[in-house]
Amino acid sequence: MAENILEVNNLKMHFEGKRGFSFGSETPVVKAVDGVTFNVKVGESVGLVGESGCGKTTVGRTVMKLYEPTSGEIIFQGQDISKLKPRAMKKYRSSMQMIFQDPFSSLNPRHTVGSIIESSFVIHGITPEGGVKEAVRGLLAKVGLNPEHINRFPHEFSGGQRQRIGIARALALNPKFIVADEPVSALDVSIQAQIVNLLDDLQKEFGIAFLFIAHDLSVVQHISDRVIVMYLGKIMEMAPTFDLFLKPRHPYTKALLSAVPVPDPKIGRAREKILLQGDLPSPANPPKGCVFNTRCWKAQDLCRTTVPEVLEIAPSHSLACHFPE
Amino acid sequence: MSKFLEVENLNVSFPTEDGLVQATNEVSYSVGLGETLAIVGESGSGKSVSNLAVMGLHNAGSTNISGHAWLDLPSGRVDLISAKPEELRALRGKEMAMIFQDPMSALHPFFTVGKQIAEAWHLHNTGSKRAGLARAVEMLDLVGIPDASKRVNDFPHQFSGGMRQRVMIAMSLINNPSLLIADEPTTALDVTVQSQILQLIKDLQKEFNMAVIMITHDLGVVAEVADRVCVMYAGKIVETGGIDDIFYQSVHPYTRGLLASLPRLEQSSLGHRLLAIPGTPPSLINLPNGCSFAPRCAFAEHVGSGLCTSTTPKLELKREDQWARCHLGASDVSRISQLQIGATING
Repeated sequence: MAENILEVNNLKMHFEGKRGFSFGSETPVVKAVDGVTFNVKVGESVGLVGESGCGKTTVGRTVMKLYEPTSGEIIFQGQDISKLKPRAMKKYRSSMQMIFQDPFSSLNPRHTVGSIIESSFVIHGITPEGGVKEAVRGLLAKVGLNPEHINRFPHEFSGGQRQRIGIARALALNPKFIVADEPVSALDVSIQAQIVNLLDDLQKEFGIAFLFIAHDLSVVQHISDRVIVMYLGKIMEMAPTFDLFLKPRHPYTKALLSAVPVPDPKIGRAREKILLQGDLPSPANPPKGCVFNTRCWKAQDLCRTTVPEVLEIAPSHSLACHFPE
Repeated sequence: MSKFLEVENLNVSFPTEDGLVQATNEVSYSVGLGETLAIVGESGSGKSVSNLAVMGLHNAGSTNISGHAWLDLPSGRVDLISAKPEELRALRGKEMAMIFQDPMSALHPFFTVGKQIAEAWHLHNTGSKRAGLARAVEMLDLVGIPDASKRVNDFPHQFSGGMRQRVMIAMSLINNPSLLIADEPTTALDVTVQSQILQLIKDLQKEFNMAVIMITHDLGVVAEVADRVCVMYAGKIVETGGIDDIFYQSVHPYTRGLLASLPRLEQSSLGHRLLAIPGTPPSLINLPNGCSFAPRCAFAEHVGSGLCTSTTPKLELKREDQWARCHLGASDVSRISQLQIGATING
């Protein structure tokens, strides 16, 4: 079995709210990520899915150390980086990169494409073979852009092309691990497939490990080897993609899958839908016991009092539920 | 079936500093009572612009609109495009209503939801404040907001995204309109909430026998709700037909391309490449000659003598009740796609 590039143990990321005028009362704490344990193997692509507010983006940002985690371990290439200061982090940064959701706000509008990608080399003091300019041209070609466009500004590109620039920037230093946070959800349908294919190719070509964060389950299914399902800061289910989509065991996973509209009217009419009642509870005030119990049709007294632990029920298939399917 | 709304040759354009933006071009569609028409397309395809024109929501000073949008009322047919502002005002909310993508920006943050919903009722009815509020509670109850008599006094920020969209639906339906235009009503919502809202719209449609126009970019949503579908590209309708025609025997290469490019849950697509459509949609200021989709179309080179890049195709009947704006015939498309599949894979 391949070794882990990333190991996350009992990671917690709690944000303290503002106190406002309510002097004396306790500061509200939003438990965005509350005790999450998972790993990513070398060259593996792991999907992280869930609805808004489930903490998936916070997990991505915390493992990149864009936030200081409240507690827990983040072991990257065998080294616990959870407590490293920014200066000590720098030598790890070149091997971990991030691709962002919004290709409009993640590129500096006053810099040319060339200088945006170049800055990766400059910051880390690396001179690639053949010079920086040549390397940038090579990267542009690799992500399917015209290398002649090196002196253009971001606004001269379409959304899909801008996302390609973001990908080129992430690839510049030959990272071993990339966090892609909703990389295609801001793009039009006909462009999404182009970017998904590009990420797929790059992953295969360079053996980069991906943490692929998305709310679109069909995209995640397409690109991931393994999928983690989160709900209100906790992991609900974690399994190889095929198992998770074919035989979901957690009621939440089942409901989530059944809620995805299928672009096929006959299948849509035939299948049974699970309509969850209510909305996501606030992460500032999560329900007691299992966080999903307020919307779960199988919830019993035990679920309302006791938090289910994440247990391995089959090889690499883990689950946090008292009454799995 | 007589159609409740019939849009005919609708052209909307915006003069800008860079040139004239032809947002919609000879757009025609219709929807009957109890029927759901889905208008699907990517950003900039003109799907919202055409329906804003129907509702009379464009700024008259900065928009050129031509064409007709006939509303079939008991009192006679009305052309919404040439109607006077006060005529439109009498129809908006009463005969036709619209809900939008972002329910937070569509609600006023300073007023209680009850007040805002009742306002829509007072515009078309005479009655006391109390009667308006009672009607608002009734509507909130109908759209599934628990404890409606209390929540009616809450402000928009006290509701979640899904609940806000329910409030918007309550507001739009308070005068029993016959036409509901829903512009990406679930795009800002999570999937589990999305399926609740889609179900709610379906239930209400059945209860009040409404005509519904669902504007969306999500073919999954289309498959879930639509009876008929219009596919738009670069301001034009490129294909229109019944739901099964569009999904199982589409004629236009753009529709086929969109459907092929989707990653799918139901069949394991693990390890397969997605069949992406190469290139990007054209600028609406400077459309290519001939068919707007020709530069991205895998079939264009199979049509003789550069027809696709020189002559704009008309919306033609290709199969029973299925129209497409393409030089290819229905049989050509299936024949060529047999040859082409696999060869068109383009990252």
